Amino acid sequence: MSGLTDLGIAAIRDGVRGGDFSAREVAEAFDAAVERGRALNAFTVETPEIALAAADAADKARASGDLKPLSGVPLGIKDLFATKGVQTTAGSRILEGFEPVYESTVSGNLLAAGAGMLGKLNMDEFAMGSSNETSAWGPVLSPWRRNDGGNAALTPGGSSGGSASAVAARLAPGVTGTDTGGSIRQPAAFVGITGIKPTYGRCSRWGMVAFASSLDQAGPMARDVRDCAIMLEAMAGFDPKDSTSLELPVPAWEANLSSDIRGKRIGIPKEYRIDGVPAEIDEVWERGIAWMRDAGAEIVEVSLPHTKYALPTYYIIAPAEASSNLARYDGVRYGRRVAPQNGNLTDMYEATRAAGFGAEVKRRIMIGTYVLSAGFYDAYFNQAQKVRALIARDFERAFAEVDLLLTPTAPSAAFGLGEKSDDPIAMYLNDVFAVPASLAGLPAISVPAGLNAEGLPLGLQLIGRALDEQSVLNAALAFEERAGFTARPEAWW
Amino acid sequence: MQRSTNASATPIMTVDASTVRHIARLARIAVSDAEVEALAPELNNILGWVEQLQEVDVSGVEPMTAVIPNALRLRDDVVTDGGIREDVLANAPVAEHGFFAVPKVIE
Repeated sequence: MSGLTDLGIAAIRDGVRGGDFSAREVAEAFDAAVERGRALNAFTVETPEIALAAADAADKARASGDLKPLSGVPLGIKDLFATKGVQTTAGSRILEGFEPVYESTVSGNLLAAGAGMLGKLNMDEFAMGSSNETSAWGPVLSPWRRNDGGNAALTPGGSSGGSASAVAARLAPGVTGTDTGGSIRQPAAFVGITGIKPTYGRCSRWGMVAFASSLDQAGPMARDVRDCAIMLEAMAGFDPKDSTSLELPVPAWEANLSSDIRGKRIGIPKEYRIDGVPAEIDEVWERGIAWMRDAGAEIVEVSLPHTKYALPTYYIIAPAEASSNLARYDGVRYGRRVAPQNGNLTDMYEATRAAGFGAEVKRRIMIGTYVLSAGFYDAYFNQAQKVRALIARDFERAFAEVDLLLTPTAPSAAFGLGEKSDDPIAMYLNDVFAVPASLAGLPAISVPAGLNAEGLPLGLQLIGRALDEQSVLNAALAFEERAGFTARPEAWW
Repeated sequence: MQRSTNASATPIMTVDASTVRHIARLARIAVSDAEVEALAPELNNILGWVEQLQEVDVSGVEPMTAVIPNALRLRDDVVTDGGIREDVLANAPVAEHGFFAVPKVIE
């Protein structure tokens, strides 16, 4: 039943519950789709048997009237989440062969909610990248192609590139992503799906391979807003094992979904109109503004004066935290070891890390080490943390006037593999619209808005107040109803 | 896209080959001469780009420590974990006699 892979999370959950099909049929259909989709390189590990076992448990639960919120729904898990007994590499050679003896809180929450796991999803190495080209396991291909008749390989974005491709190509109805500076939202926009980064602290970081701990946050990527709400509810929740986890109940985001946003005030930050962004981005933004007006929202221009400093702030703070977090990869406790003949302990550390890390990861560790080193800490790191406070204050002031912000998600549609990989800063600019909300810890969603002239998806971003995921989801639903985005890539893989 | 740069600001410092070697040593990453050659301009580009932060007036601004106000919790001072030596060592590249094994440290 290949039609089953056309279903999203809500439809699968409800169909299994209603007996329209069995969970096993669903798992078999997606397992087969994963296998057929290998040309996309979206998965680093396939776990068809785990998906089937969860499906059988779901079918039994249905018979005994004991269904859980995600019973019968198979999901893909980004390779950043530690999964018990299943290789977890975070896209890095240094973790090749690492099989955690524990389950991350977020993936464990999903499994406990009855979901199955189809496999681990490819990603930029340690989530450092915006095109999935830094993965040790090769780039993920987007299922999308330009409508010019060419077969140019396009990026699905990054770092959650495998996650994005898997959902867009119907290899999974939903997946986990993680977002440090846009890694859920930019790939979601590039492949025409929906992805939300919740408020920092909603989802536990325990068992998530750390990149930049003050920014890292898990979130769902799926076909639509409702599916994201369902998944996020299962993923989120207080976890005493993460000191930054918020001790708050998980709201009933799905039950409270409503596209009635009449009277909401939506801000358009004027600093997000940046020179050099293609006209198609402005056009789709204008369309989105019109849809929000049509939904009864009031559109207000707002100012976020420190926006231009967000990216450079991020590229001090994130590498600084990464250089500290990645110090743990020393070839002693887990992962790869390279020990030169007759070398001492330091030789082993240096050889292990030289062989295990890719170029972008080394670059960021070096930047981070530099900005934290004696004599430069105040000029770089402390200055960045102060500017970060100003960026957060900009948002606070804007949210005194408006309920939400509407912006583009990314400054372009998906680009070709290799087009930006030789210029780090050009690659960093991909996240110019995504990074500010990350620095302020705010919930933000990317929703598909339409196709550009080349037939590629474009997304828009809605940013909300801290802890107000509901308003973000509701406005996104109103947006989704008006965008009517049904385009999907033609299967060539 | 245009890059916003701040040409007028004095660079804090320019990274030369010996600085790259020093940072690599601090980061415990072995680098070849060719890599040092490549890394120096790359790091300078990135550091030159982030230097625009120096123009922001931050007087009276405290550095951010937590994006969402959240007090650190205390828990009872009791043992909550342990007795899982095999699990801890399960992924060690080399483990011997219940320990992580490393090259000889003391001659």
